[in-house]
Amino acid sequence: MTSAGSGLTLLQTCALSLLVFTGASQFALVGALAAGGGPFTAAAGAFFLGVRNAFYGLRLSELLALPRAVRPFAAQWVIDETAAVSLAQPTRRAARLGFVVTGLSLYLLWNLTTLLGALGAEALGDTDAWGLDAAGPAVFLALLAPMLRTGTERAVAGLAVLLGLGLLPVLPAGVPVLVAALAAPAVLWARGRRNTPRGDAPGEER
Amino acid sequence: MNIWIAIGVTAVGCYAVKLAGLLVPAGVLERPLVRRLAALLPVALLAALTAQQTFSDGQSLMVDARAAGVAAAAVALMLRAPFLLVVASAVVVTAGVRALGG
Repeated sequence: MTSAGSGLTLLQTCALSLLVFTGASQFALVGALAAGGGPFTAAAGAFFLGVRNAFYGLRLSELLALPRAVRPFAAQWVIDETAAVSLAQPTRRAARLGFVVTGLSLYLLWNLTTLLGALGAEALGDTDAWGLDAAGPAVFLALLAPMLRTGTERAVAGLAVLLGLGLLPVLPAGVPVLVAALAAPAVLWARGRRNTPRGDAPGEER
Repeated sequence: MNIWIAIGVTAVGCYAVKLAGLLVPAGVLERPLVRRLAALLPVALLAALTAQQTFSDGQSLMVDARAAGVAAAAVALMLRAPFLLVVASAVVVTAGVRALGG
């Protein structure tokens, strides 16, 4: 994948996919490292992107009712896709089956394509000449687009873009993204003040 | 070495949050504010990352062929193109603009 173009070795690229196995975090980590960010600021950004998996786990834990001993093994497969498939199943049996099938096939496919991508990138040499440096932001955009459903999400995205770009020249690499994450609580707080009686999220389109 | 540290920290952190979701009692994470925040954090991070990787080189802001590529990806997304096609369109347009001297 794109990580081989950002200075990671083949082994590091594959270890990332095997061990982290949550796409957005992997791309974020690679992007932050490529931009010259320190290991901990880079990892912090990737970590925040992975936090949503805890909420999938929460829903899945009820649904799948896994024995405690199995949970540490199932945990690695708790990602967007397995949660989407499992939560769409009508019965617990089907949900468990969906979780295992989706988890296993995605894990194999994801790591196989990582290996092929890394090998391919090494063969290509200068990945920038092939436009591969645009693949990273395109991936982020594709992940982001379905999330921009309401005005709240769009406000958060807009504020985060301003913070991310505005602070880039003045703060150390990797830090502006973390500051941009504050757009989420900031917008929530502003919205909460504006319509306190409603409590839940406003669903209007802008 | 730095890269291995980053990979290690990320792997442990991301695994820990996945496991936490499976183990923690529902009440702790089910509060509406926590849920909303967890849903909005990826939005903020992805938006900032998209913008930075499109319009910067190191610590300086710039507009180059990548902007055209990401714009193409945005158009592909609006046309509801599949994921790989979206990424491919960004790559192809960026490479094309660069080949033309952009």
